[in-house]
Amino acid sequence: MSTAAHTDADLATAIGPAARRPRRRRPRPPTAAASRAAVWFVAPALLVIGLFFVLPVLAALALSLTDFDLYALADPSTARFVGLKNYLELARSGEFWRALGNTLYFVAVGGPLSVAVSLGAALAVSSKLVRWKGLWRTVFFAPVVTTLVAVAVVWRYLYNAQYGLLNAGLGLVGLGPVDWLGDPAWAMPAIIGLAVWKNFGYNMVIFVAGLAGVPGELYEAAELDGAGPWARFRHVTLPHLAPTFLFVGVITMIGYFQLFAEPYVMTEGGPLRSTVSVVYLMYEEGFKWWNLGYASAVAFVLFVLMLAGTLVQLRLQRDEP
Amino acid sequence: MRGLVLLLAAVAVAGCGGAETDGVELEFWAMGAEGENVQPLLDQFEAEHPGVRVHLQQLPWTSAHEKLLTAFAGRATPDVAQLGNTWVPELAALGALEDLTADVRQSGVVEPADYFAGAWDANVLDGHVLGVPWYVDTRLLFYRTDLFRLAGYDRMPGTWAEWEEAMRRVKAVQPEGGHPILMPVNEFEPPLVLGLSTADLLRDGDRYGNFRSPEFRRAFEFYTGLFRQRLAPATSGSEISNVYQEFARGRFASLITGPWNIGEFQRRLPDDVQGSWATAPLPGPEAGTPGVSVAGGSSLVVFARSPHPREAWALVEFLSRPDVQVAFNALTGNLPARESAWEASGLADDPYARAFRDQLRHVRPTPKIPEQERVAQTLRTYAEFAARGQMTADQAVAAMDADVDRILEKRRWLLSRGRAGGGGR
Amino acid sequence: MSRGLAKTLLYAVLLVGAALTAFPLLWMVSASLMPTGEAGTFPPPLLPSAPTLEHYRALFARADMGRYLFNSALVAAAVTTASLFVNSLAGYAFAKLRFRGRERLFQALLAGLVIPAQVAMLPLFLEMRALGLVNSYAGVVVPAAASIFGIFLVRQFARSIPESLLEAARIDGATEFAVYWRVALPVLRPVLVTLALFTFMGSWNDFMWPLIVLTDDDLYTLPVALATLARERVQDNEFMMAGAVVTTLPVLLVFLVLQRQYIRGIMLGSVKG
Repeated sequence: MSTAAHTDADLATAIGPAARRPRRRRPRPPTAAASRAAVWFVAPALLVIGLFFVLPVLAALALSLTDFDLYALADPSTARFVGLKNYLELARSGEFWRALGNTLYFVAVGGPLSVAVSLGAALAVSSKLVRWKGLWRTVFFAPVVTTLVAVAVVWRYLYNAQYGLLNAGLGLVGLGPVDWLGDPAWAMPAIIGLAVWKNFGYNMVIFVAGLAGVPGELYEAAELDGAGPWARFRHVTLPHLAPTFLFVGVITMIGYFQLFAEPYVMTEGGPLRSTVSVVYLMYEEGFKWWNLGYASAVAFVLFVLMLAGTLVQLRLQRDEP
Repeated sequence: MRGLVLLLAAVAVAGCGGAETDGVELEFWAMGAEGENVQPLLDQFEAEHPGVRVHLQQLPWTSAHEKLLTAFAGRATPDVAQLGNTWVPELAALGALEDLTADVRQSGVVEPADYFAGAWDANVLDGHVLGVPWYVDTRLLFYRTDLFRLAGYDRMPGTWAEWEEAMRRVKAVQPEGGHPILMPVNEFEPPLVLGLSTADLLRDGDRYGNFRSPEFRRAFEFYTGLFRQRLAPATSGSEISNVYQEFARGRFASLITGPWNIGEFQRRLPDDVQGSWATAPLPGPEAGTPGVSVAGGSSLVVFARSPHPREAWALVEFLSRPDVQVAFNALTGNLPARESAWEASGLADDPYARAFRDQLRHVRPTPKIPEQERVAQTLRTYAEFAARGQMTADQAVAAMDADVDRILEKRRWLLSRGRAGGGGR
Repeated sequence: MSRGLAKTLLYAVLLVGAALTAFPLLWMVSASLMPTGEAGTFPPPLLPSAPTLEHYRALFARADMGRYLFNSALVAAAVTTASLFVNSLAGYAFAKLRFRGRERLFQALLAGLVIPAQVAMLPLFLEMRALGLVNSYAGVVVPAAASIFGIFLVRQFARSIPESLLEAARIDGATEFAVYWRVALPVLRPVLVTLALFTFMGSWNDFMWPLIVLTDDDLYTLPVALATLARERVQDNEFMMAGAVVTTLPVLLVFLVLQRQYIRGIMLGSVKG
């Protein structure tokens, strides 16, 4: 549960069309025997989720109101209830605002970029003119299943300022060299590059499914009306993809808000703290310096931000005709 | 349901397997180059102590502190570990370390008088010995004698003003684009050693940051000035792929670094540069005041949770033996913490090590408080901002004070209640 | 634009895109076969001058890669087994067994999905500490033994099991568990394969929680070990690339063999109603 293994997909399901269309059927009243059996069926899952997710989340809320730290780990009597002080300190902390800014940068630039690349790839792969669709899809999807830590290590070398292949490639066309991971202005774009490469295949698959759902007659009708490719895309494809867009937008945003492994492996948050994300800050405060109270406050702020982002996207979607 | 229970049980058992050997198995954690090279000594220890086996775990320096605290928090500490000596107060305050005072008193091997005083003191808190110095470490200058000679200097000057002037002249004779000194901005040691030369890092019994004081400001402005005048490049160590190559090419004429680099320089620099480099103690802020460096190094500690404190102490004692210290120096290039080992290993006569011995007479410890590592990282963070020109010196020292005061809030509260770890007075 | 031109353009885009996408992975393999130091020369070579397996040998002989491989496989297999069983039980019950508060409970679970896992991590560590599970395989496996996503996936699929099938078994006198085990599970097999794939890969690739809860390098999973090695041996390009290959190849192969099921999982989670 806590492993964050499927966070993207998790949320996806919660807000996806599937979840929003519950098939309501008046249930027959349960028999006592069936009820008893059902308890045993759901008990293991609820036990695990309750003990290792619900309980910790509630505890985190409580923890965020204390100054529980390393001293308190050694001697619990040194922990103090501090009310909202952790949150107030966050609001005053340059470090936190920097991390928040970095994260929003990553989400706001990396997210749309990743969705755009996904859509482009999906359109290309879905085109009637193209053969070997399965092969293209496999290639584009492969990065999704790779181990993030491993490919981050690989990309760290590709980005190397002196003997990295990226700069060598840019050199061929007379650009660069750029100190990708050493320059505070370039480190976050470099991480975005990795993230887009790693993730676009996932959304591509979803877009491909969405595109398959657009009725072919609509295209033919539009073509008869003299609509060019762009007009067809604008007036037929896009409107039909709207639910898919919402879905992809939300899961991408949520995934991107949780940026952690890339800076951990590639930059350790540097240079000049330019790649410290909110989760990275939480990790540092919590598991490097063991300020568990303060770090819990960071985690809750992250939660609220993600929730707000999700609601905003839902609202935007609803407002559109 | 039963399947699940069985599975979980199997997993739990697998998690704590391997405890059924006959003798004692000691878990020993060591960092960086020490971790990589210490194995032969452990083999020797095992040969001398039948029934005791040592399992070595290597930690990278960059995550060692983190891993140690995690181990403490998760009650998974090893039996024996190497600790950066500035971390001793921290783990001591947590009650994680075994008090070694009695062991030392009874020991025929560990003789406090034979150790460098600064190194020994770093491990003593309120009269209790919590660690035994393994090796000493301090930072000083490695420099290209030929380039400094070319600029008109036969030896490293003694004061900051002269030193800065010398660097300006060196810059003029260096290859285009070179820098007279390398102080990687991802290391806290350069601003730290300069700051220690003029100021205390903390004030009021280590309750508040002291970074805005004129004394610290003086050192910090000297530090940032070197970047502003392009005498030092504002780059981090990881951006320089090969420091030795760059030094050999004269693109850096000097750097502030530690003793392990004596061996690295001897191994990695090409022959034609071998005769033209030297080590020198740090210049002082003004004439008559010697440059101060940090009393660094690593200690060996025994963790309080160790089920085998006797065997653990035996390992500490073994690694402290003068002959083993000599062997350790040969394996890693680290400087022995015992003066007798300096004599025995011939280090005392080594021209490169001599500067270290001189510098070790002028070292200061960092504050002996649990929060020291975090204070050092705060210093590093804002020193980098200032070095890269993203903050003025004023902004940087103000930010240091603000962050450090927040970090020390808990300490102040504990002190006000009459309880705090380390160095409290 | 003529059809032929459009086709040419499209293929050009696809080719360039595929080349860019595959390049990092291909280079990873290529660099892992280069002699020490070759990847750090300028201009950077694309192919090894004299391919060698020395780094792979070094990984297993000196860096204990076999151990990490074993740890990863064990943890991923345990998580997969446990969560298949636990989630399918619950998912099936939410779809097919009627009990009081079922809908509300399920809605509550779904609501839990909006809470990022990181929020739970700090107290979870303290909990694991109290249970003595820090630095054990169980510390990684137990919290992952159930997932809301898994329950949801199974439930979606299980709702299409015809009621008559289950009733028939019940009339024959089968217990509820037997109905689940003998009737429902075989029907659920496709979704269980998909869930197994998701869980296995997710667990194999998981980084943050194992990084936190495992302190002893004997227990490190591959991503944790690789991240640690990467900090220690920054200069050893080729060696690190070999480590990246060993880490990522197993999941890549599993995907190549079972991609149909994997991609169906994404569909189930998103589009299918």
